[in-house]
Amino acid sequence: MNVPGNLRYAESHEWIRVEGDTGTVGITEHAQAELTDIVFAEPPAVGKSLKAGEVAAVVESVKAASDIYSPVSGEVVERNTAIEIAPALLNTDPFGEGWIFKIRLSNPSEIESLKDPAAYKAQIGE
Amino acid sequence: MRTPLFEAHLVAGGRMVDFAGWEMPVQYSGILDEHQAVRESSGVFDVSHMGEFFVSGAWGAAWLDSLLTNNVASLDRGHACYSLMLNERGGVIDDLIVCRLGGEEFLLVVNASMIAEDAGWMKARLREGVVFENRSADFAALAVQGPAAGEIFGALFGRAMPAERNRVLEIGEDFVVTTGYTGEKGFEWIMPSAEATESWRRVLEAGAKPCGLGARDTLRLEMGYPLNGSDLSPDQTPLEAGLGIFVDFTKPSFVGKEALVAQKASGVPRRLCALKVMEKSPPMRPHYPVFLDGARVAETTSGAYSPSLGCGIAMACLPVEFARPGQEAAIEVRGKKFRACVHKKPLYQKAT
Repeated sequence: MNVPGNLRYAESHEWIRVEGDTGTVGITEHAQAELTDIVFAEPPAVGKSLKAGEVAAVVESVKAASDIYSPVSGEVVERNTAIEIAPALLNTDPFGEGWIFKIRLSNPSEIESLKDPAAYKAQIGE
Repeated sequence: MRTPLFEAHLVAGGRMVDFAGWEMPVQYSGILDEHQAVRESSGVFDVSHMGEFFVSGAWGAAWLDSLLTNNVASLDRGHACYSLMLNERGGVIDDLIVCRLGGEEFLLVVNASMIAEDAGWMKARLREGVVFENRSADFAALAVQGPAAGEIFGALFGRAMPAERNRVLEIGEDFVVTTGYTGEKGFEWIMPSAEATESWRRVLEAGAKPCGLGARDTLRLEMGYPLNGSDLSPDQTPLEAGLGIFVDFTKPSFVGKEALVAQKASGVPRRLCALKVMEKSPPMRPHYPVFLDGARVAETTSGAYSPSLGCGIAMACLPVEFARPGQEAAIEVRGKKFRACVHKKPLYQKAT
């Protein structure tokens, strides 16, 4: 499984890529493989305020609905509408076009408590 | 519990889940891919967990007619029919397939979750002149489904698949029945458990894609076929479930008949309906609230995302005055209502 080196990871299988004060959030390749065919995605509304660990989005496979948690606290500044139209992007390109939302970090130090790629690899048994 | 194909499922990449106490594959390559294979070419399902009962003896047909809603005595040899088994209140204990074999023998195929209960119910009502055997543990079964199922049949048995549905062939110790739960052409192949692995291998070699319970559910729901335990219950009659055509009221008696006759006279209060979501929505699931004219009247009994239609689909038991095609309804998912419409079954029909 691909675990890009430039991202941080939550134990609940979200990734975040931080640029300046903004982070882009999605789910990992491991998570999409576990979820199987994703047929519905509901990214959070722009302006929504989220705490680290709070439910940010819902994705649903044919079989089950899964909550997606925000790895950090902050305010949603962008939502990926492409995944609403084509939820399969979460399966086919989880680290790219399948991103879910962008968040302006209110507490950038939270990033330090997230897993680095090596720790996340260990978690998923890679 | 495990079927004889447990190891074969792991080899094929099956993702195993619990189903009525059985470790069964929910999917292999993916539900969407497997669903499409069955709609466009062919797929194979392990249905070894289902139960096989044998009934023989001079009074076998008459006894089955006293327990089942459909007419068993009028069934020709080598033919099968779908039937319900009811309790005294007219509620559905199980839905099953009755196969009339050669001689005075019948094979019943029942739901995996209901084997013990069905067998107990039937044994408690046994009479002289009837031999009942629950041989579920002795048999494995494969369901081969899809427009290319005939080619698989030819490769396996060296003869043409009967074009007619509900035909029963006895081939050696095996039974092959042209039935299924997907709306596609196909057959169900019941064999001694020891043959399961080799049969599975041959079906895959002939070109069928391994399919799991996930695709089985989306395929049957697109057809509006009920699933016992979800859409059928001991508190609901077959008239409410829209299965009246499988009830033969001309039979002098069968368990539950009086209750059905009384319900017919007083009016069926509700009917199991197929619903199609008319806007973009999350996949439907069981137990979502259903609204009519703003009032909550039911909950979904089954629900899914329909891979063939690309929208949410569901079943729900609605008050009879609303149980007509075109009736608008709303289904609530996480506090948000989505527009739906009662649809004639099947929900999905092949372009011809």
